[in-house]
Amino acid sequence: MELGPDFSKTDNRERIQTMNDILTLAQQSILTPAGLGANDIDRVMAHVLSAPVDTADIYFQSSRYESWLLEDGIIKEGSHHIEQGAGVRAVCGEKTGFAYSDELDVRALLEAARSVRAIGRSGKQVKTRLAASGPALQLYRPVDPLQSLSEDQKIQLLHRIDQQTRALDPRVEQVIVSLSGEHDVVLVADQDGAMHGDVRPLVRLNVSVVVEQGGRREQGSSGGGARMDYHYFLEQDRAMDYAREAVRQALVNLEAVDAPAGNMTVVLGSGWPGILLHEAIGHGLEGDFNRKETSAFSGRIGERVASDLCTVVDNGTLPGRRGSLNIDDEGTPTQNTVLIENGVLKGYLQDKLNARLMGVPLTGNGRRESYAHLPMPRMTNTYMLAGPHDPKEIISSVKHGLYAKNFGGGQVDITSGKFVFSASEAYLIENGKIGRPVKGATLIGNGPDVLTRVSMVGTDLELDTGVGTCGKDGQSVPVGVGQPTLRVDGLTVGGTRI
Amino acid sequence: MTDLTETNQKDDELPRLKSIVEDLLREAERQGATTAEAGISIDQGLSVTARLGDVETIEHHRDQGLGVTVYFGHRKGSASTTDLSARAVKETVSAACGIARYASDDEYAGLPDPALLTTDVVDLDLSHPWRLNADRAVELAIECEEAARSYHPEISNSEGATLTTQNGVKVLGNSLGFLQGYPSSEHSLSCSVLGQRGESMQRDYWYTVARDCDALEPPRAVGEKAAQRTLRRLEARSLTPRQCPVIYSAEVARGLLGHLVGAIRGSNLYRKTSFLLESLGQSVFPPFVHIHEQPHIKQALGSAPFDAEGVATRAHDIVRDGVIQSYILSSYSARKLGLESTGNAGGVHNLTLDPGDMDLAGLLKQMNTGLLVTELMGQGVNNVTGDYSRGAAGFWVVGGEIQYPVEEITIAGNLKDMFGGIVAIGSDVDSRGTIRTGSILIEAMTVAGN
Repeated sequence: MELGPDFSKTDNRERIQTMNDILTLAQQSILTPAGLGANDIDRVMAHVLSAPVDTADIYFQSSRYESWLLEDGIIKEGSHHIEQGAGVRAVCGEKTGFAYSDELDVRALLEAARSVRAIGRSGKQVKTRLAASGPALQLYRPVDPLQSLSEDQKIQLLHRIDQQTRALDPRVEQVIVSLSGEHDVVLVADQDGAMHGDVRPLVRLNVSVVVEQGGRREQGSSGGGARMDYHYFLEQDRAMDYAREAVRQALVNLEAVDAPAGNMTVVLGSGWPGILLHEAIGHGLEGDFNRKETSAFSGRIGERVASDLCTVVDNGTLPGRRGSLNIDDEGTPTQNTVLIENGVLKGYLQDKLNARLMGVPLTGNGRRESYAHLPMPRMTNTYMLAGPHDPKEIISSVKHGLYAKNFGGGQVDITSGKFVFSASEAYLIENGKIGRPVKGATLIGNGPDVLTRVSMVGTDLELDTGVGTCGKDGQSVPVGVGQPTLRVDGLTVGGTRI
Repeated sequence: MTDLTETNQKDDELPRLKSIVEDLLREAERQGATTAEAGISIDQGLSVTARLGDVETIEHHRDQGLGVTVYFGHRKGSASTTDLSARAVKETVSAACGIARYASDDEYAGLPDPALLTTDVVDLDLSHPWRLNADRAVELAIECEEAARSYHPEISNSEGATLTTQNGVKVLGNSLGFLQGYPSSEHSLSCSVLGQRGESMQRDYWYTVARDCDALEPPRAVGEKAAQRTLRRLEARSLTPRQCPVIYSAEVARGLLGHLVGAIRGSNLYRKTSFLLESLGQSVFPPFVHIHEQPHIKQALGSAPFDAEGVATRAHDIVRDGVIQSYILSSYSARKLGLESTGNAGGVHNLTLDPGDMDLAGLLKQMNTGLLVTELMGQGVNNVTGDYSRGAAGFWVVGGEIQYPVEEITIAGNLKDMFGGIVAIGSDVDSRGTIRTGSILIEAMTVAGN
């Protein structure tokens, strides 16, 4: 796994230069075709700042997206989407005015500026300069994934996956393969005249299968992605790894019996089960909920919220990762933020608005779905660091419990702290041995205390394969999660068998 | 502040959008497509949030988008953009054609059966733009939030009240000569507040949504209901594992019907990823269950004269006397299954479960002892097997009376058993969505907790 501790060795000056190149690239691909110059942006900004506002920014975006779908052995559909526009935001105290336009011309931007500056009338101004953060790293190359393979090569890849997947097992009945790529270019202009740019590639491949045996049908699904181009899937046989994993999961589920119901010891697998941390911890530590004191974690910095085996970070600086960003959507370089250190709550995730109002440093977590949405504090790649225990030893330590190896999605209630995540592959553990597979079941717990019951942490830290999408207030952003194998002494398993 | 309806667009926008759709179709033909379909929509709106008695955000929305699907014989390609310029029209069609060249020949792909297309668009009274400026919107949101916060001393904090209004026009056309469009509007007001009693902190919300602002619940009522819902959850406890009857309150019962829609949707049937394969004519529910689609209710949120392909929507039975009468099909999935489109490309329109005679209190009495679920969490539904397991919160009921709030529990079962195990349906219909149902009492499910 490309956990990037060595990355900071890169020469500082060289990095800045590279990010400057990216800024130039972003300006050329958004402003130049629209005929917008630096003086146009200054004019729009001056219009916003003519009202008494604290901060303001203009977020330009130009993005292209494509997807291809194979089903029934044929290329059933493909689609192509182009999106461009700019969002203008003015902030005064706790108040925000926001407007956007699909048209990148001065007239439309001035109209947006006129709408948002009205917020400055009534707000109480809070002028504080935010602590500057370090230079941005270059975590991915500014490539265009859509151009990285020819259309023929994309089609061939899908067909090859389909044929090889069907050949894996005669019980495979249906194979659906989807491939998508995005080339997203963003530019942030702030009230001080500073400009930040980023070119963000993102690719995703997914294989899902239906298997049938004696009239019983089950589904399996697996995939991955990264801030790379499509060659990522051709390297290291990744595409077929996903396919093999999807078939394996489906075949395991053919044998699954009813899941148990009740509170028990649960061993969580490494990698994607880290969705536990995203739901139980991560959302509750986002700055907006904590400034407003609506989170179950509000006001708890310095308190013990996990066993001392637990250290959890949100790290936006892992090279090539789906959840990584060179800069967030407010132009702040991303960083590695410690959320929980040896069980003690250390910090929150911040965007500019909430950092300013709480009087704390920025963490590079200000993200937005697009120019048509307001930024807010969001996670990047959230994971727990490795611990001292051999994963085999963790399983064999459990007399009776559940081994949950893979999951679907999850959800959290920020205020009560209650969270769920749904196991898609799980096994009974009997006397330290992995037993029969059980059907998918939802696990439910309480965020502020679930990690206090983590009694063993594996050495096997793994990040997910690059599939996560997080939803908050109707906005979706790509994220990553990860963890080593964990033993949790007591979690409610929502099966049907009492 | 900009007055939202100064530029009342709907009258002059329809012809302009129709002409862009015609351009798209002409361009597709010029680039060699055998047939094509094109759609365009524009929306404008305003969303304001007030928190702790003052404005927090004012967002002005203006969205536009166009999409085109081309067929070269039976090869299909699609493309879309947010740019409506003549240059974008050309490029988008070209992108769609580029994709179609690489798509496979699929004999089921193509435009709908011409006989099923809408010829005469019924006026469903869906457009009622709200002449509301940002100042007035803020006042209403503040009124709503203040009502919630002043409701009771235990209401301790707030996530705010949000008022959203939007109106727009959409147009759809295809190369069979179909070209129709209509304006619509939607307005909503929601409020979410926190309560605290000792260590227990809870949040709940309420919302109202309508096509016409006059049909919204008053701001005060929305705020008070949000406060009541939050207060009743304070000091919730978990439950030990048990089998018991479960009532899905109307606002979450909608989700159960959503799972039915998923199971009888054409795409899941031809992929064989449904637990209700071959269910046409089969008895899935008890005999007193009737479910039907009513796409033409005036002003309703799920109403539409035609579906996403231009096929005329029509009132029809989905379940009659507990027996499945119709699947939910688009033209493509219908052809794959050897059936006719049901006008459901893009979803269902006012799917309605016929209400019973009892209100929620009556259902509680009938249940006697069991669980009333008012909130569900997570996904946890396997559409292939019908296995169901979700996080829940609600109330424990004994002797038909609510005893105490519960949380951190799961409810589990199999959807086939749950559908077959429906004992009663409430008269308390929630119409705030495209699925309309009262509360639903289910004979038995497994509850797990601590």
